[in-house]
Amino acid sequence: MSEPREHGATAASSLSKPAPTPVAPTLEEPAASGARGPLGDTLLEVRGLQKHFPLTQGIVFKRTIGHVRAVDGVDLTLRRGETVGLVGESGCGKSTVSKLIVALERPTAGSILYKGKDVARMGGRALKEYRREVQIIFQDPYASLNPRMTVGDIVAEGWAVHDDVAPKKGRLKRTQELLDRVGLNPDYVNRYPHQFSGGQRQRIGIARALALQPEVIVCDEPVSALDVSVQAQVVNLLEDLQDEFGLSYLFIAHDLSVVRHISDRVAVMYLGSIVEEGTDEQVYASPSHPYTQALLSSVPLHEPHLRGQKDRILLQGDVPSPADPPSGCRFRTRCWKAQDVCATEAPALVDRGQGHPSACHFAEARMVVPVDAE
Amino acid sequence: MTNLDLSKPTSDAAPAGTPLLDVDDLRVEFRTRTGTVHAVNGVSYSLAAGETLAILGESGSGKSVSAQAIMGILETPPAVISGGGIWFEGRNVLEMSAEDQRKVRGPGISMIFQDALSSLNPVYSVGFQIGEMFRAHRGMSRKEARKRAVELMDRVRIPAAARRVDDYPHQFSGGMRQRVMIAMAIALDPRILIADEPTTALDVTVQAQVMDLLKDLQRETGMGLILITHDLGVVNEVADNVAVMYAGEIVERGTVDDVFTRPAHPYTEGLMGSVPQVEAKGGRLQPIAGQPPNLARIPSGCPFHPRCARRRLGAEAAPGRECSTDVPPLRLVVPGREAACHYSEEVLGVRAP
Repeated sequence: MSEPREHGATAASSLSKPAPTPVAPTLEEPAASGARGPLGDTLLEVRGLQKHFPLTQGIVFKRTIGHVRAVDGVDLTLRRGETVGLVGESGCGKSTVSKLIVALERPTAGSILYKGKDVARMGGRALKEYRREVQIIFQDPYASLNPRMTVGDIVAEGWAVHDDVAPKKGRLKRTQELLDRVGLNPDYVNRYPHQFSGGQRQRIGIARALALQPEVIVCDEPVSALDVSVQAQVVNLLEDLQDEFGLSYLFIAHDLSVVRHISDRVAVMYLGSIVEEGTDEQVYASPSHPYTQALLSSVPLHEPHLRGQKDRILLQGDVPSPADPPSGCRFRTRCWKAQDVCATEAPALVDRGQGHPSACHFAEARMVVPVDAE
Repeated sequence: MTNLDLSKPTSDAAPAGTPLLDVDDLRVEFRTRTGTVHAVNGVSYSLAAGETLAILGESGSGKSVSAQAIMGILETPPAVISGGGIWFEGRNVLEMSAEDQRKVRGPGISMIFQDALSSLNPVYSVGFQIGEMFRAHRGMSRKEARKRAVELMDRVRIPAAARRVDDYPHQFSGGMRQRVMIAMAIALDPRILIADEPTTALDVTVQAQVMDLLKDLQRETGMGLILITHDLGVVNEVADNVAVMYAGEIVERGTVDDVFTRPAHPYTEGLMGSVPQVEAKGGRLQPIAGQPPNLARIPSGCPFHPRCARRRLGAEAAPGRECSTDVPPLRLVVPGREAACHYSEEVLGVRAP
């Protein structure tokens, strides 16, 4: 792990994830959350990541009147072969995190280390290689494919830049193999995106990402636009590809159930920073941040016999504007535990004895979602 | 129409009574240049006062189109109601003149939509839009209507209603906009509220607030609620009865408790297996193979058979129950449960507790 360094104003950014200290897990520790084999070395390390977008006024003479703090101190670690889920509600900054990681945006502060190297300092060949190795799948399969290109051209487009990945001769065959691998008919290479359904288009997006033989795939809401029966097909495909190619996923979504299903570790985001982090079992079975608890308590359950068995925590009010976030703890304006200290001191994302890191001064594990006994 | 009463709830929430709404063998087609799209193919259901009926289906299953037919907001052409009847409080709405339909629907049935921002007019204040109901249907003055609008905004728990009544839709958050739309929908105390994916565009914490509000309003007014959604969790938490739609037909119907614990149709069973749950990590998902059908080319026989894991074709099938040729009728499988599958008993047996 790299030394966390001070970046800008936020206190949350100054604290990295605690090293795996031998804190005895106080609550039911999961047997094994990483069901997909042993986890490898650290690939991606995000430290104190910030992205502030300027708010401007005036048409000819633009002046900056403030900043939207879209991402304000995010720490994440992604290891080889692992899936890290990033959940949060709309506007919390999770999509900005994904854009920062694939280097579509430049961070205001903080660092993204890939295999130990700072992405911001990469240039030329190193950056090109980074962009090949870290691919992205977008949410909207209708908007993210060029309607004027055939499926074959879309999948093969990356090779125009990274021509060492696939030799020129065998590209058509390789494209067809990729289509076949993601469950599409290889004869469809000459068809256009509009001839496919939503689920099939998302498969095209996955094939496009796979074409460059990436190590990491950032999945930004990859299944939210799909029907439930098709959603499951894509989730299964992502899991299979991970097993086959040893991929690491940063899985960004607002659907808590899907994130739990696919992730080894989960980070919960609120208003630009991470409020809680842990294995799926830790975060879902013993959430310790009030926001995580409220979020989980709002998810409707699918089993009739569990209906009405969970605590309902209804949050008051709306999410504050990221242009003017509350002082101290971001969540304090809606929190039922808030006290004076919350307004003055931003809570660090550390383990306060609940078994996993939580950014709350009064973190306390509490079971919100009933355990399905079946 | 005899089969309609089978769907009647044995629900504890719904008081017994004659159905408010009877949809009988409704058929809707879209006639386009490239062919006829059969969006709704013989859908029947009824709704009692105080009942919550969920219509569950994926996109293109015809769930919204059937609701739009009830509301009379289908665009005709291309849409054509090619058969069936919609009986509201004993009168067939489809046989009325347009003006009579408006008089019946306005105060009787109202609807809220998924996308509140595009359903509200951006150039009028929300107070004006809520008040429009009172001006148009009750002949109130602007001043009175505005006063009533404030009361309604209070009722749907919009904070500082008196101050916000003159604000415009873009000044509200997504959840608040949905509340504005609910205020408009309940303004005339409708007997029936149709909610078409009311919370799909909202975050979970806001979704929970809005669903709570709808349930509270229903408890206060005793209105019937038709909830159109694809979200199994919302159905489970809110509805008494559920009708599962596929390819423009109802394939299964019963109480939520029954259907969700023991599905009788392979499609319902497939939906359950496709959805991960928040209460457990769960094993590998069991998706339904293939894609939902194109409604211009609905498969022969059972519309679900190309995707069905339990289909029986050719010699495997029992006589008269060949899945690719014989259309399975929606039939009573066990008391209180209907399903449109030749082999429902088999499906039921599998997930028996």
